[in-house]
Amino acid sequence: MVVKTLPEFPVKKGEPAYKLWLFEPGQKVEMPLVFNLRQLAETRRPALLPGHRLCAGCAAPIVVKLASFAFRGPTIVVTATGCLEVSTTIFPYTSWAVPWIHNAFENAAATASGIVAAVEAMKKTGRLPYEHVDVVVFAGDGGTFDIGFQALSGAAERGHDFLYILYDNEAYMNTGIQRSGGTPKYAWTTTSPVGSVLPGKMENKKPIAEIMVAHRIPYVATATPAHWMDFMKKVRKGIEVKGPAFIHALSSCDRGWRHDTALTLEVTRRAVDTCYFPLWEWTPETGYLLTDRSLAIARNPKLKQPIEKYLELQGRFRHLLKPENKHLVKELQELVDAAWEELLRKASNAPR
Amino acid sequence: MTQAVVKPQAPLEKQVMMTVNGDEAVAYAVKQSLVDVVAAYPITPQTIIVEKFSEFVADGEVKTEFVPVESEHSAMSACVGAAAAGARAFTATSSQGLALMVEILYIASALRLPIVMAVVNRALSAPINIHNDHSDAYLMRDSGWIQLFAENVQEAYDTTIQAFKIAEDERVLLPVAVNLDGFFLSHTLENIYMLPDEVVHEFLGGYRKVSKVRVDYFDEEVPLALNPARPLSFGNLDLYDYYFEHKVQQVEAMKSVPEVVREVNEEWFKLTGRRYGDGILDPFEVEDADVVLVGMGSGVGTVRSVVRRLRKEGLKVGLVKLRMFRPFPFKEVAEVLKNAKVVAVMEKGVSPGSYGPLFLEVNTALYDLKSRPALVNYVYGLGGRDLVPDLVEGMIRGLFKELEKGVFEPKLRYLGVRE
Repeated sequence: MVVKTLPEFPVKKGEPAYKLWLFEPGQKVEMPLVFNLRQLAETRRPALLPGHRLCAGCAAPIVVKLASFAFRGPTIVVTATGCLEVSTTIFPYTSWAVPWIHNAFENAAATASGIVAAVEAMKKTGRLPYEHVDVVVFAGDGGTFDIGFQALSGAAERGHDFLYILYDNEAYMNTGIQRSGGTPKYAWTTTSPVGSVLPGKMENKKPIAEIMVAHRIPYVATATPAHWMDFMKKVRKGIEVKGPAFIHALSSCDRGWRHDTALTLEVTRRAVDTCYFPLWEWTPETGYLLTDRSLAIARNPKLKQPIEKYLELQGRFRHLLKPENKHLVKELQELVDAAWEELLRKASNAPR
Repeated sequence: MTQAVVKPQAPLEKQVMMTVNGDEAVAYAVKQSLVDVVAAYPITPQTIIVEKFSEFVADGEVKTEFVPVESEHSAMSACVGAAAAGARAFTATSSQGLALMVEILYIASALRLPIVMAVVNRALSAPINIHNDHSDAYLMRDSGWIQLFAENVQEAYDTTIQAFKIAEDERVLLPVAVNLDGFFLSHTLENIYMLPDEVVHEFLGGYRKVSKVRVDYFDEEVPLALNPARPLSFGNLDLYDYYFEHKVQQVEAMKSVPEVVREVNEEWFKLTGRRYGDGILDPFEVEDADVVLVGMGSGVGTVRSVVRRLRKEGLKVGLVKLRMFRPFPFKEVAEVLKNAKVVAVMEKGVSPGSYGPLFLEVNTALYDLKSRPALVNYVYGLGGRDLVPDLVEGMIRGLFKELEKGVFEPKLRYLGVRE
């Protein structure tokens, strides 16, 4: 990729942050991917501006912020109904410095399809004043695993050129922590409460990223905000690839996961360290490739932490740490190990 | 069809006569209307629109992006995305498909997106039935869409093109549903006159031009679209402090619609020599009529032929064809019906536990008249049952007998149902 420095860079002192995101018609833009923290701080502003009302400790704005650092130029953002949407756009305010639309809960991917089609039509008829306009979706687990799955699957099959970023906080947090298809087994939620008979959710989490791999779209990856460089690289790849791309970002929710607000990134870090949520990417050409910390663990299995290290930080799993539930933890460990072993077999860069 | 006294700009000899069914007519209209995005899902009896349009795409006859979505819900969702991005967007559906779209219909209108949709009217399940009535159209009554009804294939073609002009008018900026009766129009061949492409392009002013809106934040007028130069947020959370005002604005926008529909109807007349009443309603023999029938859609044609015949016998009967159901033209309906003694509202829909939706509107329209005609509600044609002239004739003769007695009971009646 050609790295150019824009005349606006670095952002002028005292200038409102949103001005970085105004792309005048005809302006040629290829924003470089920057990993030097000082340079990043001096030259970039997130597309999600300060002042939004997401909870302290929420990972969602970190996910959006990191993703937007990897945008390459004019970008339209689509958001499904959810925490991110309601907390960032309370009329008459908006935190979005880029063109943004929320349609409904289950149709973010369909809405994006229409936007991509509009961009294509305008390009064909010479009415698009930019080389490219990227379309990026942010949707939660409810809007992706459950109610939004049909629209997502359909859009993936049709091959529209957009990046879909799932910020997965593993339950319907916006309505008050109800279980979803993304909630892990034995997690407490308000609709899978821990009772005298049932130890939380009894069903497995859908392997959504692998389901998207099964769609044979050009790019699928997993990510966490804790592994920020890995995440930014993946976002840029997802934007640059022609056709649909899907990134499954684990996004902890301190309210729903019942963890300290200071532990947001630590929790997602441990999800990777325990191989509960391995980092990988997939393309039709390369197949599965482990990335970042997960690749390190594959190379040095001693780095792999027991699942308790992940569970112990979170109140939603507190019941599992009681002596009488040892067998449930053992079962979870076996599930994690089996999935990890399978991934090691599939990943072409895992040591043999 | 009314013939022009003044020669139209595109007289018939410049128009192309084609034998098409209603669905094909709509597909041709969309093809000529420089539509950027068509997102649609197949459903009988709308299917031919999608098929025909796919042929245009496959043969490279249009530059339109065709999005063959996986459901009607996604069809409307994609149209919302496309229209918000500044594109001219179209979809078509029927019955269950429309029912699946309902959630997004409200969003399309509230976001003030000038989407055009052909609704090929079909009965709603259950029992499942693929044939025509207006229960699907009534389903979207309160969704904030403009609803126009076509009587024949020519009108379906004309109205589809007009719909883009109406929807995109700065005074309006609302989505338009063009209703045509399933099978009676969608699958019935008719010789119609089509305009040359360039005439349609000129009528619509080329590709869609996005309206501008003043945004204090930017201190200028900016395009009301997803625009990287001047980013706006669409579909914000809007609570008790603003939602009410925004809803009222949406209702207010509907007030400009009759004026715009009339203007477009006149403009079309000057262009083609065709017009449909004043664009809103089309009265036939109502001036001195004692019994006046009110209806929408293809059934009106049958009724008109019976009215014409009975007029020759000297029966004082008339007909009002409604072309616009939303916004409902209360004043105009009251004005045209004020001298009638009895008004029979004929409709292809029911609202269990109430009268038919059209009846309720006409009833409301007449309430403010000093002397109100008697009002009865005839439900006919549910699930595609044919409206034969004999039935209409019997109904009219019956109404004249009741008029002599001055008693009209019951108010809600069925035409052509077995007992």
